[in-house]
Amino acid sequence: MSNVIEIERLNKTYDSGFTALRDINLSIRKGEIFALLGPNGAGKTTLISIICGIVNASSGTVLADGHDIRRDYRAARARIGLVPQELSTDAFETVRDTVTFSRGLFGKPANPAYVEQVLRDLSLWDKRKDKIMALSGGMKRRVMIAKALAHEPDILFLDEPTAGVDVELRRDMWNLVRGLRERGVTIILTTHYIEEAEEMADRVGVINHGRIILVERTRDLMEKLGRKELRLQLTSPLETLPEALDGLSLSLEEDGHELVYRFDARRDQGDVAGLLRRLADLGIEFRDLRTRESSLEEIFVDLVHNGGKGD
Amino acid sequence: MNLHGVKAIYRFEMARTWRTLLQSIASPVISTSLYFVVFGSAIGSRMVEIDGISYGAFIIPGLVMLMLLNESISNASFGIYMPKFTGTIYEVLSAPISPLEIVLGYVGAAASKSIILGLLILATSRLFVDYQIAHPFAMVGFLALTAVTFSLFGFIIGVWADGFEKLQIIPMMIVTPLTFLGGTFYSVTMLPPFWQTVTLFNPVVYLVSGFRWSFYGVADVHLGVSLAMTLVFMLVCAGLITWIFKTGYRLRD
Repeated sequence: MSNVIEIERLNKTYDSGFTALRDINLSIRKGEIFALLGPNGAGKTTLISIICGIVNASSGTVLADGHDIRRDYRAARARIGLVPQELSTDAFETVRDTVTFSRGLFGKPANPAYVEQVLRDLSLWDKRKDKIMALSGGMKRRVMIAKALAHEPDILFLDEPTAGVDVELRRDMWNLVRGLRERGVTIILTTHYIEEAEEMADRVGVINHGRIILVERTRDLMEKLGRKELRLQLTSPLETLPEALDGLSLSLEEDGHELVYRFDARRDQGDVAGLLRRLADLGIEFRDLRTRESSLEEIFVDLVHNGGKGD
Repeated sequence: MNLHGVKAIYRFEMARTWRTLLQSIASPVISTSLYFVVFGSAIGSRMVEIDGISYGAFIIPGLVMLMLLNESISNASFGIYMPKFTGTIYEVLSAPISPLEIVLGYVGAAASKSIILGLLILATSRLFVDYQIAHPFAMVGFLALTAVTFSLFGFIIGVWADGFEKLQIIPMMIVTPLTFLGGTFYSVTMLPPFWQTVTLFNPVVYLVSGFRWSFYGVADVHLGVSLAMTLVFMLVCAGLITWIFKTGYRLRD
């Protein structure tokens, strides 16, 4: 799969002296959904703003579909659509007019049929004659997406697209994003909802203090950094752990009714079979068992706060 | 060239004018007409002629210029300031559109509005005062040149301003006084010699003088000087805007 965004040694220091990005190297593959995760102030929005041309980089290069964003900015920007984090809209414009404006601004000739399709896809067609100020927050968010799609971009940046929207709209947006990906659009999203990244993203990048600290396929990341947990509901409670089980990461919970085995998938792959054999040898019986994997959110918190070294 | 982009900005800005007809068109026409009623018809009929022109007719070019400067600055500064204020500027900055095309869209619309207003005011003034236009093409040329130049200036103010107070301060504190003291209501030759020299440092003198020449064929300063000074100011504004886009000053961090 070829890369549609290539970032090399990108740095950004604002006039205030604050360094937002440090030596960023990142490639985004064509047609993928890439989730950029990071705590507030990590540099996510600055990175997106530089790629889209809103903020000037201090140094480094960015190519969008092979076009340098500074030297060949027309070709680069024509391929990019941006849905910013803030709901920035022209309050007095109608929905259709503002989407038509966006299409023209990006150098595309008027195409009422395409604009209609975008508005229908986003359930905005019935609101096309409404002024934006009369819309709800969720509807305004849809308008922002419609504006970003108005010029038929190949690359779509969604900066916190579902911040503050209700569950239904969030689901609608996820479906929309998947639909766009099926049409070949590359999607880069930042989000605070880790479950969003976990459910949708092909790959995840984690940025912290202006540095990319990890880029992995979401599935690989879950496997490599995820922790697993096995909970055995014992037939008879134990007061203490038998010495024969020393060396395993075991604990007793629920007043000795539950034996919990936690292990790091990276290091020991979890010797569950061995544990069960040893329990059988010791005559410890259980009536039920449950397993659980750590979520991407837990992995993310671990990465950002502990550098992925575990607790 | 991204002509669709230029048209989109131009249409958007003009649509704002049509949406707010009372504020954008009716208000400046009415307020300037009040000058014609008071200074042209009421007081003007008791004033002596200046350079062989009735006082009411004499002040017409100056009053049109007064409105033209204020409206050009106000339209252009507001046009670029509002997207900055509401945050919608992100779209313009991320679009495949060059600085020249952005300026063409915003400044073109602001200047168009000012020219339309100028012509409307000229037509309205005819109801109160009788006047002739000796050089109609030169008049339209001066009108357009001044509208474009001061729309460029307004664009700079709109980029520079980081609040509504700053947006108003230069038009109110500098441009209006310069216009009133720039020969709108009098001929520079009526001033004592010392103040005549001081007045020549006021750029508005050259605009009013050149514009008045296109009406009556008389001017306080030579036509060529008026034209040259207007062009110099336009070039200075264009240079400043080039610098703004090159550095990203108050547009791109």
